[in-house]
Amino acid sequence: MDTAIIIEKGIFIVVIFAITMLFAMYETLAERKIAAWFQDRIGPDRAGKGGILQPLADGLKLFSKEEFFPNTPNRFLFIAGPAISMSTALITSAVIPWGDTLHIFGRDVVLQATDIDIAMLYIFGVLSVGVYGIMIGGWASNNKFSLMGAMRASSQMISYEVAMGLAIIALVMMTGSLSLRDIAAGQHGMSWNVFYQPVGFLIFLVCSFAETNRTPFDLAECEAELIGGYHTEYSSMKMGFYLFAEYASMFISSTILAVLYFGAYNFPGMDWVTENWGANATTWIGVLVLFGKICFFIFFYMWVRWTIPRFRYDQLMKLGWKMLIPLAIANIVITALAILWSDGKLF
Amino acid sequence: MILTLFYILSAITLATAFLTIFSKNPIHSAIYLVLCFFSIAGHYLMFNAQFLAIVHVIVYSGAIMILMLFTIMLMNLNKEDEKNKTLLSRIAAAGAFGLVALVLIATFIKSHAVIARYDVSGKDYQSIKVLGQVLLNDYMVPFEFASILLLVSMIGAVLLSKKEHING
Repeated sequence: MDTAIIIEKGIFIVVIFAITMLFAMYETLAERKIAAWFQDRIGPDRAGKGGILQPLADGLKLFSKEEFFPNTPNRFLFIAGPAISMSTALITSAVIPWGDTLHIFGRDVVLQATDIDIAMLYIFGVLSVGVYGIMIGGWASNNKFSLMGAMRASSQMISYEVAMGLAIIALVMMTGSLSLRDIAAGQHGMSWNVFYQPVGFLIFLVCSFAETNRTPFDLAECEAELIGGYHTEYSSMKMGFYLFAEYASMFISSTILAVLYFGAYNFPGMDWVTENWGANATTWIGVLVLFGKICFFIFFYMWVRWTIPRFRYDQLMKLGWKMLIPLAIANIVITALAILWSDGKLF
Repeated sequence: MILTLFYILSAITLATAFLTIFSKNPIHSAIYLVLCFFSIAGHYLMFNAQFLAIVHVIVYSGAIMILMLFTIMLMNLNKEDEKNKTLLSRIAAAGAFGLVALVLIATFIKSHAVIARYDVSGKDYQSIKVLGQVLLNDYMVPFEFASILLLVSMIGAVLLSKKEHING
């Protein structure tokens, strides 16, 4: 029995890893295609039909580029930077519920790598460790522009982590659990958290943009001031790792947004499907629904990127510390009062 | 299996702790300290204290050490800048920390944790639900005092860094 569980989880983890990689790959193509669409161009269309092989061509190009090392005394840390970024972008998927329980081969397969009590905190832990990839890489480049880019990126991530955590506290107060599985199960049918926590969702969304270093918060890569940001000195596949990590974390943060606020694998009419087509059908449709939501959020990321220009650095800090954090605290207080009121303990 | 894991983790903890002290470059020192904190979080996980482990990672590795790295990176410390401490202050520091460690160990040995009633009921006292109830019911006053202490120290730090601005 024990080995069966290990094999089951092993297969599941490999599948999730492959899906994350596939998404990250095709996000690069989608980004360019969507940018082209927004700017009334065609976009990449030479490699394969409609540019479908473009990510492979890009990967091949990155692999065959010269492996350049700057004049740095910290070669090990220089290599460790992108590696940390990539690993932290990938390990968050361990606690995400990708679907409900599946009954196959006489077993109940839970579509989640691991369901821990503290999944929400685990995500925060991984997020805060992700800053190291950027900081160490930027510092080990031995270049002041890289260092300034790394400082910008990491101070922005630390600042927005605070507001993000406060937004989550209101959600956790409502659901009464830190386990993502419980949070997902609590949004059965159409009772998605976004309807009860619209302000929290907005704060979380803005913070997700900041955490993934995407426009309008991509000050780390402000070309006019900082050349290429923290990855100025990187070339070849190490550069590719940083870029890939950005896309992978975009996929993961879209997933977290969908799971926390947009009902995860729940969809309206799932009781009807369970009654008529069985529980397995509900689970499969739920997985597809979740991926649909993820695709929508990825599109949203790109939509914002090609619509809104980037903030100035003081505006970014002002938004984070003076607007989002007070708003999040007010949201917590109001949520607390609402919970007390609905329990009949207020007045 | 568990014992092997313990030995591996302990080896990492001790090695990184020593490297923290002995490495010349302050940034390498800080990074070794981060690794040390991670392996300590691993020790917590072996006690099945998930909450403690993850909070340890968030607070120490995710917040404190990042701010420390910030400072070291921006100040651009070199090993030439490092002043040698006198022998007396080294002995004093070692003695003080040894005494603190002694008191801590004595407290842990002599204290009676409130786990007896959970042993009887078979409830998982490491779970975040029980932990929250204990913290906010049984230890409400110390918990609030700790939060006030943190708040005061935060305000104090802000005041200290703003002092020049107010005067000038």
